[in-house]
Amino acid sequence: FGWLFFMRQLFKDYEVRQYVVQVVFSVTFAFSCTMFELIIFEILGALSSTSRYFHWKLNLYVILLVLIFVVPFYIAYFVVSNIRLLQRQKLLFACMVWFTFMYFFWKLGDPFPILSPKHGILSIEQLISRVGVIGVTLMALLSGFGAVNCPYTYMSYFLRNVTDSDILALERRLLQTMDMIVSKKKRIAMTRRQMYQRGEDQNKQTGFWGMIKSVTSTQTGSENLSLIQQEVDALEELSRQLFLETVDLQATKERIEYSKTFQGKYFNFLGYFFSIYCVWKIFMVKFWSQHISFILVGIIIVTSIRGLLITLTKFFYAISSSKSSNVIVLVLAQIMGMYFVSSVLLMRMSMPLEYRSIVTEVLGELQFNFYHRWFDVIFLVSALSSILFLYLAHKQAPEKHMAL
Amino acid sequence: MASLDRVKVLVLGDSGVGKSSLVHLICQNQVFGNPSWTVGCSVDVRVQDYKEGTPEEKTFYIELWDIGGSVGSASSIKSTRAVFYNSVNGIILVHDLTNKKSSQNLYRWSMEALNKDSSPTGVIVSNGDYDREQFVENAVPLLLIGTKFDQIPENKRGEVLTRTAFLSEDFNAEEINLDCTNPRYFAAGTSNAVKLSRFFDKVIEKRYFTRDSSQMTGFTDRKRFNFKSLHYD
Repeated sequence: FGWLFFMRQLFKDYEVRQYVVQVVFSVTFAFSCTMFELIIFEILGALSSTSRYFHWKLNLYVILLVLIFVVPFYIAYFVVSNIRLLQRQKLLFACMVWFTFMYFFWKLGDPFPILSPKHGILSIEQLISRVGVIGVTLMALLSGFGAVNCPYTYMSYFLRNVTDSDILALERRLLQTMDMIVSKKKRIAMTRRQMYQRGEDQNKQTGFWGMIKSVTSTQTGSENLSLIQQEVDALEELSRQLFLETVDLQATKERIEYSKTFQGKYFNFLGYFFSIYCVWKIFMVKFWSQHISFILVGIIIVTSIRGLLITLTKFFYAISSSKSSNVIVLVLAQIMGMYFVSSVLLMRMSMPLEYRSIVTEVLGELQFNFYHRWFDVIFLVSALSSILFLYLAHKQAPEKHMAL
Repeated sequence: MASLDRVKVLVLGDSGVGKSSLVHLICQNQVFGNPSWTVGCSVDVRVQDYKEGTPEEKTFYIELWDIGGSVGSASSIKSTRAVFYNSVNGIILVHDLTNKKSSQNLYRWSMEALNKDSSPTGVIVSNGDYDREQFVENAVPLLLIGTKFDQIPENKRGEVLTRTAFLSEDFNAEEINLDCTNPRYFAAGTSNAVKLSRFFDKVIEKRYFTRDSSQMTGFTDRKRFNFKSLHYD
C-alpha cells in the first residue's frame, strides 16, 4: 500500500540503492495510515472497544519507536557518509550525531509545561509530548503557509496577464544572449589556440629580440582573455536569469489556460471557499457548531495531506540528486510521521466530546490545552509571514517586467 | 573568428550525470573542479580540425550546448527548453553508468529533442513511445557517453558494458564510457579521443558536405511518389 505509492510516485527518475530505506519509508507510511483508519473507526464505532484500544497502543509504540530511534539514526548515517572527509569512522560519528539529537530532543521538553511529576523518564507520554511539540510546530507552519498559498494559486484574480508575444520576446532575448556567449567563447578558444601555437613556435625562436616579442604578445593575449572571460561570466548569469523568467512566464500562461477549463473553474470556486474559511480561522477563536467544524476540519486535513504530499514531491524533484536521495527519503519519512502524530493530537481539538474519551485514555495525561494554544500561535505567525512574503514577491514581479 | 562556420551539438541527459564536467573536459582539456547544478543552458566551444592531417583540413567551431533539467520537469520548463533545440546538428546523450534509470530516460530525452527538430518527414510520435525506425534513418548523428565509470567495481564492469552495448545499438550510435574527473580518457591517441573526433567529423560532414546529395535523394523520392499517385488515380 505505502510501498506502491512510494515506488510509483516518488522515484520515477532515480534509483534508491538501499533496500532498507524503502522499507522504512513504507512502514512509516503504512502505520500512519492505519492510525487514521483507527480514528475513523472510532467515530463510526466499527470494531469493539477493547480491540480498538489494543490496536491504538500497538500502533503508537511502533510509530514512536520508528520515529525517534530508527529514522534519525539512519539520517545521521547517510548524512555522514555523504561528507567525504569522514569516510573511516562512519559508524562512530553517526552514533555521536544521534546522541546529540537525543540530547536536544530531551532539552526541548524543558521550557514547556509538559512534564508531570507522576511519570518516569522513558514513558510513552514524555516521548509523545516531545514528538507532539515538534510535529505541531511543523504542522502549524505548513498549514499557515498553505492557507495563504491556496487562494493565491487558485484565484484568477491574482494571475497576471501574460500574452504569447511576451514569451516570444523573452525567448528571443534568451537566444540572443546565448549567441553572444557563444561568439565570445569562440574568441577565447581561438585566442587560446593561437597562444598555444605561438607557444610552440616560441620554443623554436632564438635570440634576444624573439624572446621580448613573445613575452609582450602573450601578455596582451592573456589580458584580453581575462577581460573576455569576465564578460562571458556576466552574460552567463544573465542567460540564467532570462531562462528562469521564461519558465515563470510559461507556467503563468499555463495556469491561465488551466483556469479557463472546467476543472480550473471548479478549483477556482474551491479556492474562494477555502480562502474564506482560512481567513475566518485566522481571526476567530471559537466555532459555532461542533459538527460542522468537525467535517470542515476533516476536509482540511485531507486536503492538507494531499497538498503536503504534492509539495513534498515537487520539492523532492527540485533538490534530488543521486547522492542525497537516501537522506531525502528518510527526512520525508520523519516529517510525515511527525505530521501524522501531531494531526491526531490536534484532531482531538475539534472532535465532539463523546469521542474524546478513548483518545484521552490511550494517550495518557497530556496537557492538551497547551497544544491548542501553541498551534494557534504558530499558525497565526506563519500565516502572517507568508502573506507578507507573497505580497512582496507579487509586487516585485511586475516591477521586474517594467525594468525590462 | 566569425568566419568559421558553426556546428551545434546538444548534450542531453538527466540531472547529475556529469554533462557539465564532460563538456568542460572536451572543450578545455581540464577537469571541472566545481560542478554545480546547471540552470538553463550553458555553452562551450571546441575548435575542431576537420579531416586533420589531410590537405582538405579545415577548422570548425563546435558548440556544445549543455542543457540542464530532467525529463520529468514541468511542462513549462520543457517548453522553455524547446527554444534550444532549433537547428541541431548532432546530439551527445549522457547517462550515468551507476544509475540504470538515467539510461532508460535517454529514450525520452532523444524523443524530446528530435521532435522539436524541424524534420522534413514530419513523423508524429506520441509522447513516450519509442520508434526505432526514426533513429535508423535519422539525419542527426548521435553519440552515447557513459560517465562515472570509475565508480563501478571491477566485477560488475562486464555486465554494465553489455548493457551499454545494447543501448548504443538501439540508438545506432557510437559509445564511449569514461570518468569525467580523469583527463587521461581523452588524451590524444586513445580510442576515446578517436571516437570523439570521428563523431565530430561526422557531424560536420552531415552539416556541410552532404547536404547537396541528400537534397537530391529527396527529389527522386518525391518524383517516385508522384508517379505512384498518378498510377493509382
